[in-house]
Amino acid sequence: MSKHVLLVEDEVNIIEAVRFVLSREGWQVDSHSDGATAVETIRTVRPDLVVLDHMLPGKSGLDILTELRADPEFLTLPVLMLTARGQARDREQAEKAGVSRFMTKPFSNTEVVTAVRDMVQLAR
Amino acid sequence: MREALTGTRIRDRRVMAGTKQSELARQIGISASYLNLIEHNRRRIGGKLLLDIASALGVELSALTEGAEAALVATLREAGSDSTMPKSEFDSAEDFAGRFPGWADALALSHRKLVGLEHTVEVLSDRLAHDPQLAASVHEVLSTAASIRSTASILAEDKDLSAEWRDRFHANIDADSRRLADSSKTLVGFLDSETGEAAITGTPQEEVEAFLEAHSHGFEAVEDGTADVIKMIEDAPQITSLAAAHIARGLLERMIDDSARVSLYDLRDEIAKVGIAPPHLAARFGVSVPCILRRLAAVPELGFGLVVADRAGSLLFRKGAEGFVIPRYGSACPLWPLFQAMGQPTQALHQRLHMPGRGEAMFDCFAAAEPIGPIALNIPPLVQSTMLIVPVAAADASTGPAPFGVGPACRICAVADCAGRREPSILSDGF
Repeated sequence: MSKHVLLVEDEVNIIEAVRFVLSREGWQVDSHSDGATAVETIRTVRPDLVVLDHMLPGKSGLDILTELRADPEFLTLPVLMLTARGQARDREQAEKAGVSRFMTKPFSNTEVVTAVRDMVQLAR
Repeated sequence: MREALTGTRIRDRRVMAGTKQSELARQIGISASYLNLIEHNRRRIGGKLLLDIASALGVELSALTEGAEAALVATLREAGSDSTMPKSEFDSAEDFAGRFPGWADALALSHRKLVGLEHTVEVLSDRLAHDPQLAASVHEVLSTAASIRSTASILAEDKDLSAEWRDRFHANIDADSRRLADSSKTLVGFLDSETGEAAITGTPQEEVEAFLEAHSHGFEAVEDGTADVIKMIEDAPQITSLAAAHIARGLLERMIDDSARVSLYDLRDEIAKVGIAPPHLAARFGVSVPCILRRLAAVPELGFGLVVADRAGSLLFRKGAEGFVIPRYGSACPLWPLFQAMGQPTQALHQRLHMPGRGEAMFDCFAAAEPIGPIALNIPPLVQSTMLIVPVAAADASTGPAPFGVGPACRICAVADCAGRREPSILSDGF
């Protein structure tokens, strides 16, 4: 059975491209664009990994991550944060909030595929 | 003390007075050629001759002897205080300026440039760190670039891509490239407006500030009671949004109201009698202390700054004073008396402040808060706090209360171990 990735991102064309490259590698990919309801969707969908944008409408990726890590069920859920905010303090904030991997935009498809693969293997 | 600049000041004053060199020379009983040498700083001057020149030009002696020289020595001391120079050398700034005037000028010029650049860095850093519009604009550019990169990479690397997917990704790249062109233009325009003449930028408050700055924060029509607020706003090229027009209207109406209560003419008269004494002046004119602080900031020749904030800490009005940095975005230093006054509305506070890293500059700051809007039972009033920023003359710096160190805003403040710090400073991080 293929692993399930939830892409929380509001840029339609990024969703399409990332969905394509991950699907090509055998992942089942769903997407969600609203920050405010993202945690609820993750609780319902229960993905194997979340790819999370930082700047989302409704709630920031950082707040979503913090909320997730406060729930013992999602303490070890792999979360890859994709963000345009790449300064050292942004990375530090994300790491403090419990991010598994931090990647800045623009990213390469290979980096994303490799990161997703590594993170799921580590989580096993 | 060297006299080099005294001659230049004599010449400047004479030209301003419209007096010919030969005429002034005749009045003070010396030859025109000797006066010419003095004016070109090739002859030392002092004593009675200097007094005679001041008298003939109708100026105070200090206008010819102080100012430029004092400013030069003060700048040299400021430069020295930023280094680890021994005290014995620090005290010899005046001697240095007298013995090596050219080097002294060069050092002072370099120091002033350094201070100016430091200020520019602070302003730009402040903007980059806190401006939500800039952050959104950069995010838009990077996200679109990410989309194009990812899609282009699929098209380049996947040789077995179906025609349907290929067309779809081509369409996405086309749409994203147009979006990138637009968002890049927006970003460039946004950054250019900082250095260009048009300070008309994104936020309504910035539009209003550009409007006020274009009029040096003063309006003749407001002072003489002939102001037509609607027309003033309609005629202002800086005000383009409805929100800015709303803010400008509120400010102008308050200025008109303040002006009707305290005319600049009467205020100048009273200042001449009692000095800068806000509670006394407020009582004399029968107005609140915040009102008198606003009026003092409106006297153009005083060069005072003013900040107004609401209880949420938002800066609603900014008028800068030389050397006192007021952040354009984000929160200001919580140690300013502006915020202390919020806790004791109607009580006037006075504190002498010093901004570390700003040389020896000190500021006498007066702050008071007052309720805004109608008072209702059991509902706390809205409060606005006002702070007047009065630069302290170098000569007065050694008298009066000891200065209290504050910063502009945490991000651009180098003070270590501050209880009020909200975020690390880029200055202390070795930026």
